[in-house]
Amino acid sequence: MIPTFIGVSIVAFSFIRLLPGDPIMLLAGERGMSEERYQQLQALYGFDQPLFVQYFNYMTDLLQGDFGTSIVTKRPVLQEFLTLFPATIELSLCAIIVAIAVGVPLGVIAAVRRGSWLDQTVMGAALVGYSMPIFWWGLLLIIFFSGILGWTPVSGRISLLYFFPPVTGFMLIDSLLSGQAGAFKSALSHLILPTIVLATIPLAVIARQTRSAMLEVLGEDYVRTARSKGLPPRRVIGLHALRNALIPVVTTIGLQVGVLLAGAILTETIFSWPGIGKWMVDSVFKRDYAVVQGGLLLIAAIIMIVNLIVDVLYGLINPRIRH
Amino acid sequence: MTSTNTKDPNAAVGLEGGTVIAVTRRARLAEFWYYFSQNRGAVIGLYVFLAIVAIALLAPLIAPHSPSLQNRGFFLLPPVWQEGGNWSFLLGTDAVGRDVLSRLIYGARFSLFIGVVVVSVAVSVGILVGLIAGYFRGAVDTVIMRVMDIILAFPSLLLALVLVAILGPGLVNAMIAIALVQQPHYVRLTRAAVMSEKGRDYVTAARVAGAGNIRLMFKTILPNCTAPLIVQAALSFSTAILDAAALGFLGMGAQPPTPEWGTMLAEAREFILRAWWVVTFPGLAILITVLAINLMGDGLRDALDPKLKRS
Amino acid sequence: MKNKLTFAAALLAATVLSGAAGAKTLVYCSEGSPEGFDPALYTAGTTFDASSKPVYNRLVQFEPGTTNTVPGLAESWEISDDGLEVTFKLREGVKFHTTDFFTPSRDFNADDVLFSFNRQLQEDHPYHAYVEGASWEYFNGMSMPDLVKSIEKVDDYTVKFVLNRPEAPFIANLAMDFASIFSKEYADQLSEAGNLSDLNQKPVGTGPFQFVAYQPDAVIRYKAHPDYWNGKQPIDDLVFAITTEASVRQQKLIAGECHITPYPNPADIESLKANEALKVDEQEGLNVGYLAYNTKVAPFDNAQVRKALNMAINKEAILDAVFQGAGQAAKNPIPPTMWSYNDAVEDDAYDPEASKKMLEEAGVSDLSMKVWAMPVQRPYNPNARRMAELIQEDFSKVGVNVEIVSYEWGEYLERSKAEDRDGAVLLGWTGDNGDPDNFLAVLLGCDAVGGSNRAQWCNEEFDGLIQKAKTLSSQEERAELYEEAQLVFKREAPWATIAHSVVHMPMRKEVTGYKMDPLGGHAFEGVDIAE
Repeated sequence: MIPTFIGVSIVAFSFIRLLPGDPIMLLAGERGMSEERYQQLQALYGFDQPLFVQYFNYMTDLLQGDFGTSIVTKRPVLQEFLTLFPATIELSLCAIIVAIAVGVPLGVIAAVRRGSWLDQTVMGAALVGYSMPIFWWGLLLIIFFSGILGWTPVSGRISLLYFFPPVTGFMLIDSLLSGQAGAFKSALSHLILPTIVLATIPLAVIARQTRSAMLEVLGEDYVRTARSKGLPPRRVIGLHALRNALIPVVTTIGLQVGVLLAGAILTETIFSWPGIGKWMVDSVFKRDYAVVQGGLLLIAAIIMIVNLIVDVLYGLINPRIRH
Repeated sequence: MTSTNTKDPNAAVGLEGGTVIAVTRRARLAEFWYYFSQNRGAVIGLYVFLAIVAIALLAPLIAPHSPSLQNRGFFLLPPVWQEGGNWSFLLGTDAVGRDVLSRLIYGARFSLFIGVVVVSVAVSVGILVGLIAGYFRGAVDTVIMRVMDIILAFPSLLLALVLVAILGPGLVNAMIAIALVQQPHYVRLTRAAVMSEKGRDYVTAARVAGAGNIRLMFKTILPNCTAPLIVQAALSFSTAILDAAALGFLGMGAQPPTPEWGTMLAEAREFILRAWWVVTFPGLAILITVLAINLMGDGLRDALDPKLKRS
Repeated sequence: MKNKLTFAAALLAATVLSGAAGAKTLVYCSEGSPEGFDPALYTAGTTFDASSKPVYNRLVQFEPGTTNTVPGLAESWEISDDGLEVTFKLREGVKFHTTDFFTPSRDFNADDVLFSFNRQLQEDHPYHAYVEGASWEYFNGMSMPDLVKSIEKVDDYTVKFVLNRPEAPFIANLAMDFASIFSKEYADQLSEAGNLSDLNQKPVGTGPFQFVAYQPDAVIRYKAHPDYWNGKQPIDDLVFAITTEASVRQQKLIAGECHITPYPNPADIESLKANEALKVDEQEGLNVGYLAYNTKVAPFDNAQVRKALNMAINKEAILDAVFQGAGQAAKNPIPPTMWSYNDAVEDDAYDPEASKKMLEEAGVSDLSMKVWAMPVQRPYNPNARRMAELIQEDFSKVGVNVEIVSYEWGEYLERSKAEDRDGAVLLGWTGDNGDPDNFLAVLLGCDAVGGSNRAQWCNEEFDGLIQKAKTLSSQEERAELYEEAQLVFKREAPWATIAHSVVHMPMRKEVTGYKMDPLGGHAFEGVDIAE
């Protein structure tokens, strides 16, 4: 994993510097600035030094936990990341939980009742689910459910009526801890639409994967044996088939984490959800070198760690490769 | 991985067997079509897709207006069935008076173009790299897989966004970025297939018969790995269209006034409450196209993969 | 609508429950997050709205809703005869905020003024580089380092600025956000504790609202300063709800989740105006959008050609399609709300026939040119690409072939400055301090060629007028010179002046006392919510 991480850091570092346009010129805006002032600012940010020196300085700082300072806000990148990350995690966790809790049972039902209209409807819906552009889907949901019906709030994480200092950064937990009546309900209602939008694709993929994995397993000999032994169908499905069917599904879930983070970018933009997706996109546009570098590194690190966990989990539950 | 029950030994070894191979191919095609047509959804998908291709090709003939013609008196007209609509602009007009229907029709060209280019580039480069990695193993393999791991460590949209920002916003650069981001899928797929085929008897036989590395890679092993690649290609096609639309939505894809569906959505964002048709129709167009391709992809997978033929 | 009623009822209930008799909360749905809370470090309007406007005051301030300078923390000032010394008499009895992180032990005095400016002026000041990358953009952008020689404390309530040259706009500069006055006591407290960066994250000022908390990218909370020198605000709590999508802001306004929002989608203004529960204020922005020809490159070095091209542009269509009606055709380089605006100037008529003739007479045929379009939205131009497309159409009708060119924003700004730039560039300008010099000298002065003067235009007559006006202190005398300068500008036409945007501010009917700021800021002093 270490060589990959170093490779990632080199990519993150060089990519941002390959971007045309200059954060200093962007700061100057239409007014522009004199050549000496430009040089002065170059020196201030360390841009005038050769690239490998800049990279070396960056890596040494990194090892001490310093991810650099945002050119735009002048605040440490790590601090900004840690403040915004819980919002993205909360949304992503809710989305993946919904995707699994709804997707797996749907996939199982579809597999068990293969060929029925239930199967066709579920699979059809899943197909539509991952065929649509989620930013469009999100906008339509807002207009319909928040605008026309007024059932859900329009944006943000919690109603402005509630004000409490963040403890964990997770609005659901913090609202419970605050003890304010109705805060939890408000936090929950704000999560509904963004979660639905973000969960759509993983849900569809997981449902389909579960179904095909189940079908494969249901046709296996040992299932037929269990059935012929007279075991009740539910036990057959629940115990034997499902456990084995879930193995490839776990891998799929792991892969969906990357999809979730990508989807978070679009979802956060539309719902004004204060997470890292929006933060990263804005920083690319503003050429905030430190933030893009640090952000890419942190996100890549998280994805790598999640993949590692998934691999380990997979190894644990798949008896065939346990040893 | 192998999709046929019987393999003509001539075909497998890559010797030109003339009519023998043709028959086998025709038989394979017929068998493929039989299984494919079993899946009603896939067939519908195929017809819809063909219709879209036809629309794209015939665009200059069927579009009522030019997609870039600004009709100065007709800004933001609603679709014909709403009050204020106009029969010459069936689906309404956009902010500079351009006909939405015509732009959708021409937009099909761009979406298909994006799909074809991205898939071709991703497939050809990905297969090549995967073949090399799987065939030669060793240090080459390790380096290639590391690079793929690095690409996979970033969320695809973010990586594509940064790449496009580096290359400059535009359709071509967006396609390059998306193709690059899809590399790991093809490389891994090809590599895994190659590694598992490499040990088979027919490959050893071919090598013994004197076939060189290149011939072995391309003519012997590759043809037998095509099934999952085809399925992946179908999936990539639809992913490419969605990713290009997302990049367009963020302002980094095709630039206005190109009538690409994602770009049309980006331009229309500010009209979402006032002129719903400028937002809804491009999104629907994307949805229908991608749905059709995914339906086909399902059918392809079912038809090509023997283990799942039952579903 | 269920949600609206529930929220409004809840808000009412909350105000009753919160103890204080009818504690009023104003919710402003802002369009973005502030970069920080020390306005001198930044240049974005969004940051100023969240920092300098509620939390701080300046020596001199703009009268709300205008660009006239009136006393702020300085009660009066005197300019010496040679224009080199400006002495301010400071207001007494002004109190700083008392928050949970700071309690002031004294009133505002000259030490605070010295601190606020010296930290930007003196490189060895302990707070000069108190955050990494601190570059005091506006202080430098307004040329303060070479203008200001020194700042002296005459006594506790008198401060003297010594300048290197007379500059009439100096007073207006001190009304700008970077000149906000900080508490030296607070700064000392922070530096003793070793937490200098808190100056930028937990601000303390003398302004109408004091900072309570900030949840990044989500919410900013303020409460009214009980001892504000200009009277405690009618509103008790001020909340900024950060909502970046315009359509979403509109939804929230209609649902009653915010009281006031900025930057509506121009396409939605009609329906907002028609909504019974809302009202929409409007005002011309202090900005101008233009197409600058490169007057150093043929055939654009010929004023006839430039005027002919100006006459080919259909501004009405642009106002319709690009501004959705939220704009006003521009004929001068300064907007109508600015003093010395010369209304007697006649705009170039839209006349493609006459344009063709003029081009022929000038010996121009088969002209091919580039038009540069910005990739980003700016206050003076919501969609430069669309504008370029319309201009492309217009020019093709008079036989000129246009190629539209665009670069990434930073590159665009950089490349458009080049003296040999190929093509005419779409750009614009938003005023900083309400002084005409801030437009005319910065954008059209000889000094600025190769910099912010993107027409690369250096005209002796024009430049002479504006340089002279800079040194005079009487507004009437300066206005005369500027009016003449505008006539010269129209005659020579280095630009096609396109439009001034009209800024709209939708709000709920109950909101009273809000005055639109011509400089584009959003301030809530004096705002109230009627019951």
